[in-house]
Amino acid sequence: MTSVTTTPELAERAGGRAPRLGRVVWAPGRRHALPVLALLLVGFAAPLLAVIWFSFLPPRSFDLWQGLSLENYREIVSQTYYRSFLWSVGLAVVATATLAVICYPVAYGLAKLFGRWANLVTLLLVLPLFVSENMRLYGWVLFFIKGGVLQGTLESLFGVSLGTWLFTPEMIVFGMVYVYLPFMLFPMTLGVSMVPREVTEAAGDLGASRLQTFREVELPLAMPGIVIGCLLTFVLSVGAISEAKVLGGQSVIVITHDIEIAFTYAQNWPLGAALSVLLMLLVGGLVLAVLRRFDLDRILGRR
Amino acid sequence: MSAGSGQAHFLQLCGVTKSFGGFRAVDGIDLAIGEGEFFTIVGPSGSGKTTLLRMLAGMETPTSGDILLKGKRINELPANRRPTCMVFQSLALFPHRTVGQNIEFPLKMRGVGASERRARCLQLMAQLRLPETYYGKNVTKCSGGERQRVALARALAYDPEILFFDEPLSAIDYKLRKVLEKELKDIHRETGKTFIYITHSLEEAMVMSDRIGVMRQGRLVQVGTPQEIYERPVDKFVSEFMGEVNVIDIRAGSNGRVVSASPPGEFTAPPLPAGFATGHLVVRPEFLRFLRRPEEAENHLKGTLYNEYALGSRIQYQVRVGEHVFTVEKLRQQAYEGRLDDEVLIGWDARDSILVTG
Repeated sequence: MTSVTTTPELAERAGGRAPRLGRVVWAPGRRHALPVLALLLVGFAAPLLAVIWFSFLPPRSFDLWQGLSLENYREIVSQTYYRSFLWSVGLAVVATATLAVICYPVAYGLAKLFGRWANLVTLLLVLPLFVSENMRLYGWVLFFIKGGVLQGTLESLFGVSLGTWLFTPEMIVFGMVYVYLPFMLFPMTLGVSMVPREVTEAAGDLGASRLQTFREVELPLAMPGIVIGCLLTFVLSVGAISEAKVLGGQSVIVITHDIEIAFTYAQNWPLGAALSVLLMLLVGGLVLAVLRRFDLDRILGRR
Repeated sequence: MSAGSGQAHFLQLCGVTKSFGGFRAVDGIDLAIGEGEFFTIVGPSGSGKTTLLRMLAGMETPTSGDILLKGKRINELPANRRPTCMVFQSLALFPHRTVGQNIEFPLKMRGVGASERRARCLQLMAQLRLPETYYGKNVTKCSGGERQRVALARALAYDPEILFFDEPLSAIDYKLRKVLEKELKDIHRETGKTFIYITHSLEEAMVMSDRIGVMRQGRLVQVGTPQEIYERPVDKFVSEFMGEVNVIDIRAGSNGRVVSASPPGEFTAPPLPAGFATGHLVVRPEFLRFLRRPEEAENHLKGTLYNEYALGSRIQYQVRVGEHVFTVEKLRQQAYEGRLDDEVLIGWDARDSILVTG
């Protein structure tokens, strides 16, 4: 009944003397990470730094080497940009919540019930991803537009005519749910499939009802997958722009739309950069808060 | 020795069958288990014992036949409403919960208050020799034996009338397994509950059970006390399942003796039942003796000592007689004094052998 564990101190003592610097840098792991590191530096860190730098430049300037100012941030606070932020976050929250509710039963089916049909269902769900997102959204426009597929059919068959549902916030959520479904479903399926069958059976055997088993065992154990799915869809939805432009028809202006306007029509790169920085801070903060609340390692029982 | 000779019809199985497609995993089991009995179902993997247990626990529904608990049919009663509880092979502990939360789970589901739950939990932990400090410990950090005890405590917290065990000790090392086997039997005595245990190790079954049922291909081949199964196996399968035995295929000979082709010979044996012309003569390794002279035993064979294996308190010898290999086992104090490749004479008396026809 004694368990042998190796404490860090023990491991260090066994490792002996401190290795030379060259050996640390050229350790196989680090050496093999170099290509990725280089790519991240050029493709990820550099543009990010450029955006942050730009956000502190005077409005409507394109010259990188000038005195820094907070003018863009002052402009954002004094204007009504907070509305766009609220719309973006609000739509993303609603879309994420809707997706979580829709996807759980499907994920459960894929992981536990469908058996060999699961592959076919997965394929059908993935297939639309091969068509460009904008193309699919315009497809929905044709479907829902006044005199389009849905209403034209209803009118000619039953003589009923409904007003158009397009160009509303609800339609934007619909578009997000439609487009980001796989990003919620697949991590969730993984999460649900990580719940061992015997553990849920044991809960039932110990007197738990179906609902109690779900609440006490299934949901907490599937949580890593659910959290990852929610984070993915939330981050994607906050950054979404086509849904609001195509299906929303500019009925509401989301923050990504504001950023696009600033960079294009308004030719005010520093303002766009400042809006981007704020959006990144907002999303990053939310993600970090969630990850702290749901310690994935702890949920998985690794710590 | 047997605490389970009370009611004979506590749990009754009548022709219980489970088919998956065309395959009958469990094939017409008839069985009655008494209250407070420690009953073990033994069988090789794929013999249907787990499927049988899952039907008794309410996780599978029989294709046909009936399961009666205290005279009431419980075929379709779901697991969460049966007064039974199972300790799984994987233990199926809740990895996201502490030791205390695991043990208290069935009480929590029943709506028992927190302080009462805690009191019962600590009582069970004491009974199973889990230190009180483990109450808040994450189960994933417990050792194999500790987890075993947590799983048992959790099942006992449910306060079931029958406890099922699906090979819970199979993944545990030999020494600890021996300790836990005895502990389990002690717990059985202390609680007086009905235990139904499945295992593929007859040795494990022997240590703990009041009665044993041997399963093969979905059927119960033999049901009896450990002693009955040891002394009177119904067929070659059961006798071989008991451990290493020497089996000689025989047919009826003259003067009530039996004749074997390999190794060639004529032996004195228990009588063949009427209507049978062939059978198997089973001689346990511990009943084979090394002889100085052929007259020392009713039957004898001449062979060479091929190898010997020390088994702690006993020594096992491999003796080759032609193509046939015999296993002889002796206590260390009665070790055979000789060298490998010696010519040896081994023998046994008819009363030390068993004749089976199946």
